[in-house]
Amino acid sequence: MSDLDFTADEMMTIAAARALSNDDICFVGIGAPSAACNVARLTHAPDITLIYESGTIGTAPDVLPLSIGDGELCDTAVTTVSVPEMFRYWLQGGRVSVGFLGAAQLDKFGNINTTVIGDYDNPKTRLPGGGGAPEIASSCGEIFITMKQSLRGMVDKIDFFTSFGHGTGGDDREKLGMTTKGPTLLITDLAVWRPDPETKEFVVRSLHPGVTREQVQETCGWTVIFADDLTETPVPTELELTTLRDLKARTKAAHEGAAA
Amino acid sequence: MAKFQPLKDAVAENLKDGDVVAFEGFTHLIPHAAAHEAIRQGRKDLTLIRMTPDLVYDQMVGMGMVRKMIFSYAGNPGVGLLRRVRDAVENSWPQALEIEEHSHAAMANAYEAGAAGLPFATFRGYKGAGLKEVNDNIREVTCPFTGEVLAAVPSVRPDVTFIHAQKANKRGDILVEGIIGVQKEAVLAAKRAVVTVEEVVDNFDDVHLNACVLPNWAVSSVCVVPGGAHPSYAHGYYIRDNAAYIDWDKIATDRARFTDWMKENVLDQDETVFETRVQKLKGDA
Repeated sequence: MSDLDFTADEMMTIAAARALSNDDICFVGIGAPSAACNVARLTHAPDITLIYESGTIGTAPDVLPLSIGDGELCDTAVTTVSVPEMFRYWLQGGRVSVGFLGAAQLDKFGNINTTVIGDYDNPKTRLPGGGGAPEIASSCGEIFITMKQSLRGMVDKIDFFTSFGHGTGGDDREKLGMTTKGPTLLITDLAVWRPDPETKEFVVRSLHPGVTREQVQETCGWTVIFADDLTETPVPTELELTTLRDLKARTKAAHEGAAA
Repeated sequence: MAKFQPLKDAVAENLKDGDVVAFEGFTHLIPHAAAHEAIRQGRKDLTLIRMTPDLVYDQMVGMGMVRKMIFSYAGNPGVGLLRRVRDAVENSWPQALEIEEHSHAAMANAYEAGAAGLPFATFRGYKGAGLKEVNDNIREVTCPFTGEVLAAVPSVRPDVTFIHAQKANKRGDILVEGIIGVQKEAVLAAKRAVVTVEEVVDNFDDVHLNACVLPNWAVSSVCVVPGGAHPSYAHGYYIRDNAAYIDWDKIATDRARFTDWMKENVLDQDETVFETRVQKLKGDA
């Protein structure tokens, strides 16, 4: 991809941003989702409602927050509610259309692990845990997931079910009494994936510019299915790239500058 | 009725060895100064509760004060893992740490149930989630009206809660503004509550009619500790010291470096150091 003037990371964020619409009420996970949601807001979806679990509803930060509770989220929000109200009225109440999550480990059915690598009681690596994710995954209208591809991250079997995607596929969600759609989209640094309507296994729908099928398979722990009508993800526009780069530059200056 | 007192006395009077204690703050208004005083007083065998245990619980765990931690996200937000908590969970250093892990929705509901004087909280959650398999305190309850099966967790009822807040008035009423998190619920759920504040003002005549105010009779002690949330922040006073959160990741990596840092920055200090730490963070607050 050296002849293209954008990175795989940038393509991932921009492809993820494009999935959001102006009408969405979006519960934003920290990290990659936060960048994508704010690029959407600063380009094609100026009226999107971004919600962070700290209770900030309709926030419009000028720089990306390092935590989900940076002061700027509150300063720019339509309103800031308590955390119990956030989870009870707004999330559990069914008012959020999209939940945007990242993952440490992901399987082909969109089940996510951010809790432990290895055994829970005797972990190889203790990760931070789920935070809001278990109920975001079940209460939002649908779930978008974004993560960089790697054999360590995209695995055949996750070590812990932090949040439930489609279980073992098919109608597993309905069997558990869930009425929401669950994961409907996965955006990686190499491709855009959507679940098969029946099996619910993620299928590659488009490859990012310059990416090969082999690259996708080499960085994924399960056998990848490619759509019959596989397409290429449109390259980032100048506006998308400039918006993302400016946002990242402002963010870097703000986070490193505090101690100066 | 709240009494104004020095932080040292408030911690000595309200926090005992073996207590169940919450030092709350949902990324904002985290009572770092109060927790550092608890570290200096060498409390032991504590059960720590917090939705988002970050640096200060990493420090208390690393100092060997903690028997058990009840939480829903144990990370350094936006930076990574809590390395001292990891070392305790994975290697029992400096001692073994029992954990009781929940989701945010569960903890938020459990605090609210505690504040409401209920024995448990119920909510629609944990569907398909692995925590149900590893935490005996996640159970189910059936709605007597609809038959819907809902999640149930015990309410949170700390012996003592510590929070930081922006202001007290002269009567000892407390004003909390900005990201209020579970500050109100954590205070009302606890038997005793200690609040550190940035400043004391004459009255709250100019605050909004629906502002989050905790009446003085709902609080045990009020301590004036400017900067007492650092490296967390106090909205309107100073911004979050994100650089300090990033630096902590390096400090906490190594046991010896951690121990040296704690001696220099916590054990050999008192709460007056917090005011100087936030001087450079006041511009944009």
